[in-house]
Amino acid sequence: MTDLTLTPAASRTASQGWIEKVGIGHILLAFFLLIYPVMASDFFLTQIGGYSLVLGMIALSLMLLAGYGGMVSLAQITVAGAAGYVVAIFGENNSGVYGFGWPWWIYGPLAIMIASLMSALIGWIAVRTEGIYTIMITLAVATACFYFAQQNYALFNGFPGYNGLRAPDVFGLYWRDPVPFYYLCLANAVVAYIAVLYGARSTFGLTLQAIRDNPRRMRAIGFNVTAHKVFAWWLAGLIAGAAGILLVWFNGRISPGTIAVGPSINILVIAIIGGLRHPIGPFIGAVIVTLMQTFAIDIIGAERFNTLIGLVFLLIVFVSPDGILGLWERLKPQAGRDDWRSFKKAANKAEKKGRNA
Amino acid sequence: MTDTSGNRSNPLAQSQGMTRRQALGVVVLVVAAVFVWMVFAQWPDWLKAVLISKKAFLSAILNGLTLAGLYFLVASGFTLVFGLMRNVNLAHGSLYLLGAYIGYEFAEWTGYWLIGVAAGFLVLAVVGLVMQITVFRRLEGQDLRQTLVTIGISVVAADLMLAYWGGTTYQILTPRWLSGAIKLPVVTAVRSNGTEVFLVYPFYRLIVLFSAIVIGIGLWLLINRTRIGSMIRAGVDDRDMLAASGVNVHFVFAIVFALGAGLAGLAGVVGGSALSVAPGEDIRYLLASLVVVIVGGMGSIVGAAIGALIIGLAEQIGLVYFPTYGVVLTFVIMVITLAIRPQGIMGRSL
Repeated sequence: MTDLTLTPAASRTASQGWIEKVGIGHILLAFFLLIYPVMASDFFLTQIGGYSLVLGMIALSLMLLAGYGGMVSLAQITVAGAAGYVVAIFGENNSGVYGFGWPWWIYGPLAIMIASLMSALIGWIAVRTEGIYTIMITLAVATACFYFAQQNYALFNGFPGYNGLRAPDVFGLYWRDPVPFYYLCLANAVVAYIAVLYGARSTFGLTLQAIRDNPRRMRAIGFNVTAHKVFAWWLAGLIAGAAGILLVWFNGRISPGTIAVGPSINILVIAIIGGLRHPIGPFIGAVIVTLMQTFAIDIIGAERFNTLIGLVFLLIVFVSPDGILGLWERLKPQAGRDDWRSFKKAANKAEKKGRNA
Repeated sequence: MTDTSGNRSNPLAQSQGMTRRQALGVVVLVVAAVFVWMVFAQWPDWLKAVLISKKAFLSAILNGLTLAGLYFLVASGFTLVFGLMRNVNLAHGSLYLLGAYIGYEFAEWTGYWLIGVAAGFLVLAVVGLVMQITVFRRLEGQDLRQTLVTIGISVVAADLMLAYWGGTTYQILTPRWLSGAIKLPVVTAVRSNGTEVFLVYPFYRLIVLFSAIVIGIGLWLLINRTRIGSMIRAGVDDRDMLAASGVNVHFVFAIVFALGAGLAGLAGVVGGSALSVAPGEDIRYLLASLVVVIVGGMGSIVGAAIGALIIGLAEQIGLVYFPTYGVVLTFVIMVITLAIRPQGIMGRSL
């Protein structure tokens, strides 16, 4: 694993060189991801690389809400699925229902927009309550959406869903071919990752984190807590929606099974295994889960995969609440730890100063 | 409708006519009268045109009531556990399904349905006890981690149950004295030759409804009239203070968790006899319990009963009158409740 840029390193001063500013870990990671297609077979490129990036993006939208907003959502796959259904209805499908055949540059933004609005709506329902209720309400919403999509043939084509969704050909490239698809996923994931990383340090990001820590105080200061939270949901919806489009291009189909409770819990598992502290966590989790999914057949048999992943999830929750990232933090080389401690000390001092003032 | 007592004590109310409470009472009375008329009267044609037929309508209502009974059995355990421990047990649906399978096995093995029901309750109570002692006690006060653990447990449990019992659908056979249908003293139609057609309804489903009511009253008595019940209520209000006054809270927690899990198991056997047992039912009943307690209010037995009634009726009426949008009705009820009263109908303020 690469070294992670933690806030102290990045926020020290602007006088440092760009290498230190971006972080050596990020540069190594970017280099590896860019040359990955050279070493990987088509299978590893699409089924592991592309798929992990897509799942990682959906989990990233959850990380944004849970890590910065303190709202653990189980409806992120529902949002991604909404984008997928928009693609199926307005793009092309061979199920014989709808399929208006609009070009990708119209239905793509439309799908992301509808998904983000749906995410904001779910958020608006969920932020009526706080804490643990969010999980319950989003789970109820996700389950209700699943049953609705399964029962409704007029709009969602019921149980079979839509088949034969095809990624577009642009610039003479078919975007579902292994290498273009990998780079497409990579580009989207990198944009989302950087957006979350820098968004977290923006005024909005800091406000959101303050609301997570103490909503009452923020309300007293005069911040509109509900609006900030709903806006965070909308932003998460943008990421999940973009990932949803990639997901249906990857699968070539969308059905109620895509947005069932199993997949939605899977997204949570990915985010928790990876860690909710840093936007890289969901991607780490996605790679681990995808690798396990692929190679579990050799260890435990394809049918009992859920038991394996469930046990790993339980282990992580018990051993390290911050996921793999938390483990890394604990086992990190001494120098880095000192860095982290000195940062914490400085932060404590600053807080005390603030209190005294 | 005239009011006397209210006006004398409050002269201001004279000008407004009725107080809000009295108006509500009138509305309830009118609705009840209309309902009684709909049950017993011959339906005119315009009403048939709106509601298909009297038989369809009354069946939907009865099905809704029995389903509400089942939902109440599942959700009461969920809401009890949450109210006391602030533990959202998302493995509650798995407990329901496991109870159903265990009830099936015992009923097949011994040949007595009642033994299956008892086994469903007892085995699941023990499972709940083990879960509380080995898992949740270690994570006390950490809501999110507890909930994540229950999610992990539900994933593993669903997979292991699938491995052991397979994907086939089971039906727990009810004993002869419970099966069959009975004629209710309600005339649904009159044939041209003058004979009256009575409403026929499966006897077992009425038993489900009846047992849910009995268990509901029993729970209410347990919570409100016994010593352990007063400990539970005190724990809901202030856990630390209860512990400080010398009560072994872990003992109370263990009892409540065992009771909640046992009720889920019992509901599994009862529900598995009325409907069927198959993988995926765990999710269905988890959703039902979630919506019931969100609507009814967390931690309240009465709230669970009200929520179960609303959701059960809405689901069955939706099934008859707008089949593909039935789920949406449930969902809309949840959203409206959250919008007007985020803590649920009987819930305490958040």
